[in-house]
Amino acid sequence: MPGPFDTPDPVKQTPPALPPGQEPSAIRKFLLSRGSSALADRGFRWLMIGCALSIFAIVALIATELVMRSQLTIAKFGLKFFFGTAWDPVNGDFGALPFIYGTLVSSAVALVIAVPLAVGVSIFITEMCPKFLRGPLSFLTELLAAIPSVVYGLWAIFVLVPLLREHVNPVLMKLFGWSGLFVEPNFGIGMLAAGVILSIMILPVISSLTREVMTSVPHSQREAVLALGATRWEMIRMGVLRNARIGIVGSIILGLGRALGETMAVTMVIGNRPDIVKNLLAPGYSMASVIANEFSEASDDMYLSALIEIGLALFIVTIIVNALARLLVWAVTRGAPARVN
Amino acid sequence: MKKGVILAALLAIGASQGFAQKLNGAGASFPYPIYSKWFSEYSQQHSGVQINYQSIGSGGGIKQVTSGVVDFGASDGPMSDAQLAESKVKLVHIPTVLGAVVPIYNLPGVSAELKFSPDVLADIYLGKLTNWSDPRIAKDNPGVKLPDTKINVVHRSDGSGTTYIFTDYLSKVSADWKNSVGKNTAVPWPLGIGAKGNEAVAGMVRQLPGTIGYVELIYALQNKIPFGYIKNSSGNWVKGSIEGVTEAAASVKEMPADYRVSITNAPGKESYPISSFTWLLIPVKAQDAEKGKVIKDFLNWMLDQGESQASSLYYAPLPKSVADKVRASISKLQ
Repeated sequence: MPGPFDTPDPVKQTPPALPPGQEPSAIRKFLLSRGSSALADRGFRWLMIGCALSIFAIVALIATELVMRSQLTIAKFGLKFFFGTAWDPVNGDFGALPFIYGTLVSSAVALVIAVPLAVGVSIFITEMCPKFLRGPLSFLTELLAAIPSVVYGLWAIFVLVPLLREHVNPVLMKLFGWSGLFVEPNFGIGMLAAGVILSIMILPVISSLTREVMTSVPHSQREAVLALGATRWEMIRMGVLRNARIGIVGSIILGLGRALGETMAVTMVIGNRPDIVKNLLAPGYSMASVIANEFSEASDDMYLSALIEIGLALFIVTIIVNALARLLVWAVTRGAPARVN
Repeated sequence: MKKGVILAALLAIGASQGFAQKLNGAGASFPYPIYSKWFSEYSQQHSGVQINYQSIGSGGGIKQVTSGVVDFGASDGPMSDAQLAESKVKLVHIPTVLGAVVPIYNLPGVSAELKFSPDVLADIYLGKLTNWSDPRIAKDNPGVKLPDTKINVVHRSDGSGTTYIFTDYLSKVSADWKNSVGKNTAVPWPLGIGAKGNEAVAGMVRQLPGTIGYVELIYALQNKIPFGYIKNSSGNWVKGSIEGVTEAAASVKEMPADYRVSITNAPGKESYPISSFTWLLIPVKAQDAEKGKVIKDFLNWMLDQGESQASSLYYAPLPKSVADKVRASISKLQ
């Protein structure tokens, strides 16, 4: 009875007779000379199954290690740890909510800025870009991905933060101050600065993948839409974006993953203050940042356990966010007939 | 013939390994520059001895030395009684050099060096004192025209010995601070923004008018950052300096036998009040006798030759009274 991973055994065949005067091809010769492949096939199959299962093993190891090492705080605070707002290493009172909030909000700000920009860049490169510009432009976007995050952080401190404080934040406060999202104090650093630097960091991830997906949309799709009388924008919307949307959402998920886990650049500009405030100009804190900041000097066991449980919280949040994103992809693409709207 | 050569080579390798004594240490990053200088010079003078030091932070250093992973540890804050009791390895604290913390600020239009009395500094960091033109600041700084600017507070966001010293000092001079915040390498700051490392605190202060922060004395001296005066417990205005820090260490009246002592707010006319020792954590009985001998020899070398190099890297050396005491403690190591 064949199992789910079994491939059918190759059927023993006698090779068909070749027309006279013709040599068998190189591949044919190799296949005829190598003997039975059954063992190699089986070996290969198990090797690949091993590779796939190792992913489960790695994730399981991470999860168990995080849970084991945070026993102290799990026992002391229980579920309250994830909803507590105190962070007091002196008296040993810990809660993860301000950090979870900061991670989610800074990542959301990053997506709001990066997604339209990345999709725009990709549309330009694949659909409208003059040939001579295409190479340099894609090269530069990918170069952004190669810059180390500490360099981003330094650049943010010395260039982005003063720019935000002097020129951008005052305008935002004037125009959108009523929303409560942009009000005093204006330090320059804070949740918004973290979101902006994150958006620059995830831009190449989203745009390069989006570009690949859009390039792989068959030309016949574009031609068909154009032939029906569509304008260029309509062609891009109906012929390209609609076909590429699964890939685009996938690339956004990858970018979000990077934003959730980013540590160094965020730590340098987010302000490192465990508060939950609506104001995006106020300092905040993220889960990865607090671990990076406090782990090396934390010496008592409860404190260390709390920091490791923050790692566990980050792990859980990442899983939940990814699951939601997959659900979104599934909802968007179910059936998926080509519609105009 | 060929075999003979290989054999000789193997013997040579074996022999050199036999002589080489390799010590591993880990811990505080604050004294890392002077430690790495000491260890490399000591290795040069004593062939066959190699000392590796990883500046992974005091917390990591304590963890690794108490579990016996490394031969010695290093910490900016003294270990607690509970930590010492739990340790698998019996440890002693050996003070090596001293560090200090200075207040830095950015107040456009004020060229005079500002003075801070202890309660003013504490209340600024508690958020009770929020404007530079506050009469209490003016009282400390007669003749200085202070602008009507909001005070922005910056502190270290990473756990650090610097924060430990600073909050230890504030806990001693302000009951409010002690009760509501306390001392540790990281504390629940009542207000302000956190910046990672001395350089980020200094950068933040430089960029943002009206900001106050604190950095290591060494960092301020090396980078020529101006800093303020603090009123010490004798009532004198003192500015952070290597001499003032050593003076603070010398003025501790009763040095405990295990050197676990806080010297913030120390008595003494010229003592700089926000100072602290940094310690090496040495096992009383080394894992093997050879290593123990090397550690002892190194510690004596440190007192004889190392200490005199400290001030070239802006660290305050131990005062003679403490050095003499430490020498006696070293001789008790096994």
